[in-house]
Amino acid sequence: MESSNGTFNLRRKRRKRLGMILAGVLFLATIFGVVVLVTLLVDVITTGISWLDGSFLTRFPSRNPEEAGIKSALVGSLWLMGLTALISVPLGVASAVYLEEYAKDGWFLRFIQINIANLAGVPSVVYGMLGLALFVRFAGFENSLLAGALTLSLLILPIIIISTQEALRGIPSGLRESAYALGATRWQVIRSHVLPMAAPGIFTGVILASSRAIGETAPLILVGALTFIPFLPRGAMDQFTALPIQIFNWTARPQDEFRSLAAAAIIVLMILLFTMNLSAILLRNYFEDRRAGA
Amino acid sequence: MSTEPSPTLDAPADDRPQDDLTQQVYNSPKERAIKYLLGACALVSVLTTIGIAAVLVIESIPFFQNVALAEFFGDTRWTPQFANKHFGIWALLSGTVLVTVISAVVALPIGLASAIFISEYAVPWMRQILKPGLELLAGVPTVVYGYFALTFVTPLLQTFIPGLGVYNALSGGIVVGIMIIPMVASLSEDALQAVPDSLGQAAYALGATKFETVVRVDVPAAFSGIMASFILAVSRAIGETMIVTLAAGATPRMTLNPAESIQTMTAFIVQVSKGDTPQGTIVYQSIFAVGLVLFLITLVMNIIANRITLHYQERY
Repeated sequence: MESSNGTFNLRRKRRKRLGMILAGVLFLATIFGVVVLVTLLVDVITTGISWLDGSFLTRFPSRNPEEAGIKSALVGSLWLMGLTALISVPLGVASAVYLEEYAKDGWFLRFIQINIANLAGVPSVVYGMLGLALFVRFAGFENSLLAGALTLSLLILPIIIISTQEALRGIPSGLRESAYALGATRWQVIRSHVLPMAAPGIFTGVILASSRAIGETAPLILVGALTFIPFLPRGAMDQFTALPIQIFNWTARPQDEFRSLAAAAIIVLMILLFTMNLSAILLRNYFEDRRAGA
Repeated sequence: MSTEPSPTLDAPADDRPQDDLTQQVYNSPKERAIKYLLGACALVSVLTTIGIAAVLVIESIPFFQNVALAEFFGDTRWTPQFANKHFGIWALLSGTVLVTVISAVVALPIGLASAIFISEYAVPWMRQILKPGLELLAGVPTVVYGYFALTFVTPLLQTFIPGLGVYNALSGGIVVGIMIIPMVASLSEDALQAVPDSLGQAAYALGATKFETVVRVDVPAAFSGIMASFILAVSRAIGETMIVTLAAGATPRMTLNPAESIQTMTAFIVQVSKGDTPQGTIVYQSIFAVGLVLFLITLVMNIIANRITLHYQERY
């Protein structure tokens, strides 16, 4: 009796120790991602920081690395992001409102939902081919900002729809019902109650989707964003370049100077992205706390 | 899906008088117009799918008029730029498969381990660092990963593997793997969170240790969700473009040697479209045929993964 108890205790100790060791392995695997992220950032910053000064932002691209800058790429990216948001946010929010607040449960709704989930998994380069055939050639928009923005809009539409749907689902149904009880119509309920309540959630999703759009490269190459644009676009129909395109072009060159320029441009892009992501995360946390407190 | 206000408001019975005020307001032309307008917006996503399929099929018809399906699927050489042109998709497909397998070897174990740790072990303050950390990793643009692969990972690998070329499948594959870790981690974590606590508690009651419970009860219970996350992540790896364009090379060939320069389907599409290939040439048309193959593969994988996800969501 005594000895079998002893064996059990001994084995239990061993099992626990094994579990601890393997949990340590899990921990190491988990921080691997964070370590890579830090490595990437340190690598980019140490390579690019010396090239990054005020004039880097205000100079046009050049064949001479000493004189090259990202003015047209940065302005192009901001144009793209603005146009893309202008197109995709109303479309995406309207789609989500329809799916959550209007559509009746049935095969059609399920079909649209499955379709959106699948669209979210279509490779971005395929969206580029759609944009090339549909907007650049068929609609005749050429290699314009508009063609690029429309392509990116379709690309991020599923993300906006899905996050807006989640935000709408988080609104308690009692809120809708109390408004209906006062005689409000469906649209009045949505406009004055549901959408304002869901706004922070929708906004968070929009920021995350925009940060996806601003980093996309492949679709823009397909729709013909050019690498060498020594002028600023003045309208949606102008030719353009964008930060990711400029980074790609500089990285693909064999000379070290251009790779350093790429690193400097990456720093600018990452600052933009981190600002957007951080504001989305903070916004979400702020409203989660506020809602939990209420 | 929709929250019905009440049966009487939503669907007025036929015997209600037509001058009923409630019905008039509720079914007013304005209300109906808004409903159809919103519905039209929802249709855009369906039209996008139809558009993608139509464009890829229509644009690749001229290609298949010149290249027989038997050659496309039978040849192992892809040499559109040579005088003696060959269009055998296997040369590009094998490049894609090679990169995808390498990325899966990196991402699936690390992603699953991260999911298990975050879901079962991490104390709240660790979660608060790790989850946003992974989200930031997921937010890094692929072109930045491509830069990282070419200028950091490849030189690092060259110190271990003498003679490794500047462009190789290994570096690209590893970095694609790093890119999809957050996806595996977050979707697998959702699956693990969906497992009821009672299962784990039953295991503890039988004397299992924490690790035994996690590995032999929680993970198997979340198995289908974890599989779905694997499939979605692999599908993402197949469609990844910029990393492989920058780091894996531009030499389509059938090889399983990760140290060699290869070309993926996506990298070929980019190579042609950024060059000066004139419209209407067979090389230009070929990108749509390659795009069609890429689209079909990823579509099938996404459909399978989404089906699995729906299935396991219904189970608990």
